[in-house]
Amino acid sequence: MTTPSYRDRTVKPFTAVRLVAKRELNTRLRTRSFLIGTAVILVVFAGYFLLQATLLGDAGRSKIGLTGQATGISDQLKSVSQQLGKDVETVTITSPEEGRAQVENGDLDALLSGNVSDLQVLVKSDLDKQLHAALNSIAQQQVLNATLLEAGLDAPQVLNTINSATVKVTSITPEDPEKDQRLIIGVVMVFLLYMSITTYGTLVAQGVVEEKSSRVVEILLSTLRPWQLMLGKVIGLGLTGLIQLLILAGAGLAMATATGSLTVSGIAVSTVLWGLLWYILGFFLYATIFAGAGSLVSRQEDTQSVLTPVTMVLVIGFIVGVNLLLQSPDGQATTVLSLIPLLSPVLMPGRIAAGLAPGWQIALSIVLTLATVALFTWLGGRIYQNAVLRTGSRVKLKDALRSS
Amino acid sequence: MIAIAASSTGGPKLTDPALEIDSVSKRYGDIVALDAVTFDVRAGELFGFVGSNGAGKTTTMRIALGVLTADSGEVRFDGKPITHQTRTHIGYMPEERGLYPKMKVLDQLVYLAELHGLTSDEAHQSAENWIGRLGLKERRTEEVQKLSLGNQQRVQLAAALVHDPSVLVLDEPFSGLDPIAVDVMTEVLREKASTGVPVIFSSHQLDLVERLCDRVGIIRSGRMVACGSVAELTADAGSLLVVTAPNAPSGWASNLPGVRIVSERDATVVLELSPGTDDQAVLAAALTTGPVTEFSRRRRSLTDLFRDAVNAPERAPA
Repeated sequence: MTTPSYRDRTVKPFTAVRLVAKRELNTRLRTRSFLIGTAVILVVFAGYFLLQATLLGDAGRSKIGLTGQATGISDQLKSVSQQLGKDVETVTITSPEEGRAQVENGDLDALLSGNVSDLQVLVKSDLDKQLHAALNSIAQQQVLNATLLEAGLDAPQVLNTINSATVKVTSITPEDPEKDQRLIIGVVMVFLLYMSITTYGTLVAQGVVEEKSSRVVEILLSTLRPWQLMLGKVIGLGLTGLIQLLILAGAGLAMATATGSLTVSGIAVSTVLWGLLWYILGFFLYATIFAGAGSLVSRQEDTQSVLTPVTMVLVIGFIVGVNLLLQSPDGQATTVLSLIPLLSPVLMPGRIAAGLAPGWQIALSIVLTLATVALFTWLGGRIYQNAVLRTGSRVKLKDALRSS
Repeated sequence: MIAIAASSTGGPKLTDPALEIDSVSKRYGDIVALDAVTFDVRAGELFGFVGSNGAGKTTTMRIALGVLTADSGEVRFDGKPITHQTRTHIGYMPEERGLYPKMKVLDQLVYLAELHGLTSDEAHQSAENWIGRLGLKERRTEEVQKLSLGNQQRVQLAAALVHDPSVLVLDEPFSGLDPIAVDVMTEVLREKASTGVPVIFSSHQLDLVERLCDRVGIIRSGRMVACGSVAELTADAGSLLVVTAPNAPSGWASNLPGVRIVSERDATVVLELSPGTDDQAVLAAALTTGPVTEFSRRRRSLTDLFRDAVNAPERAPA
């Protein structure tokens, strides 16, 4: 058998990078840790949304039993409660004893009895404030109605006049009615980005160390240039992270919409898109630094020591970011921090989601981050190139930067 | 291949390129790892690279591969300094084995072949071919880390061969192999060399090197101390005399002029004669002790040569 000769073959730089990226993608997507990791987060999401849906249902809705004369105020109670932002469901209870029992075991939030002008409310421990206000208002109106009639006045007209006398509110910056939802989406996005960048950045470093410790890097670098290997790895793992992020964001959105936790799907979709952009920026920002850091050591056991400084920056950015976002989302400190390139990828998407980042700040942070990506890629690439073939003890950062 | 040779002497071996290591030096701080190491591995030749542990074999090979940079000196292939481009045509087997532990045998070989510019089809074909040749058929879909060390070694060799290299640089390819695997490895190396590829490998199995290699280089403390065919090297060093005289008292030969006892076991002594000493005088002396049942010249083996080279007092630095 004659074997064909491949002696004149060389790989093109682009093909080399693609092959390395493809291998990373193939191996990572198939690993159990990827599948399990993604599934676990999805389960956490599902659990959160289910809980949210039940809590929301409970918090926004009250079930009230009406008995005796109070049965007649059902419609009035519903409409007044509605105005106060409370959803009320009424049921007619025939015997007060039965009603009392249902209040006691929590089936009913309150039991109304007595005359409309003299309402009696039975609750387990505490009457909901809004409900209290609604009931007061109904009773007062009833009394007012009777008094007006007694005085020989046209009760409906007077009531109309009273009702039309309301305070006019003018706000300088009108409160976004979706602010809370946006903030939640923002915090979730910040968390996902922090998690993805940290996880996949660490995987880049571990991959570099794996190649060093198994010495396969010596074989690879006899046909690849260091930058091709590094870039391929970064792209491959970056794509893996992106795929996971897409799955999580997509599933999260679907679940949130299905359970009714989210009513602002337009904003959510744009948040996800911004989040993906910032993931790409953030990943490339950190990945080359992770690769450079990984190339300094030759054993997996030493990886943590070189990664800690990098992950610390991310952790601090995340903790400070989430706190600021929750406490003063439009504060000056938040604005300034979100413009620092190392923190932008975690903070900026959060602010964008909360609807608090003006266009120029977004543009500025993107430009600054891109510039830093360029700088870090150069730096990380240089460290990697100089350190990746040095096996044995940990390479000093100074040496890796200096020698060529 | 139809070669229309322009040169009158042009056999295929002369037109095929050689690997030249020219005055390569390397220091680690105060330690001189390599001191002007010079030798060449000719086209179609099996070159055995021997030396004690830490003598500089691996360092030399890593420099040839460009994994390590030399402080001075040059490595040339086909008369030109080695570039990244040339390196892609070297098949390399590092001393500490280098493969992805969790990747399957076939995937690994296909990947390495593709990285050397083979198309996906060609890569599969070549990988399957070497998997078959090296007896790894049953292991092709197993992770490398689950294989025995001997099989991992076979995969490593396949990884060095899968892209059809123009040069083979193998660091300790025979260590840890069973006799069958040694035979397979030997056959493959011979075959590659016969296609005009320069093959260099290091080994501590000197009998194997002696049997297999066209030429041998001995390195000691970063310096080449001998380089040439085993026949050349052993001819220079002279031969040994083996004498068996059953009735002779122990140490009978120790006082003979120009004779050094290399070894003495039972009635058999191995003697080294200094140049100009008459072996017949030794025979006469042996006969005075009684009958002589064996009297022969023995060519020095590579192992003898290696011991001499390693034990000789170190030269003063030039």
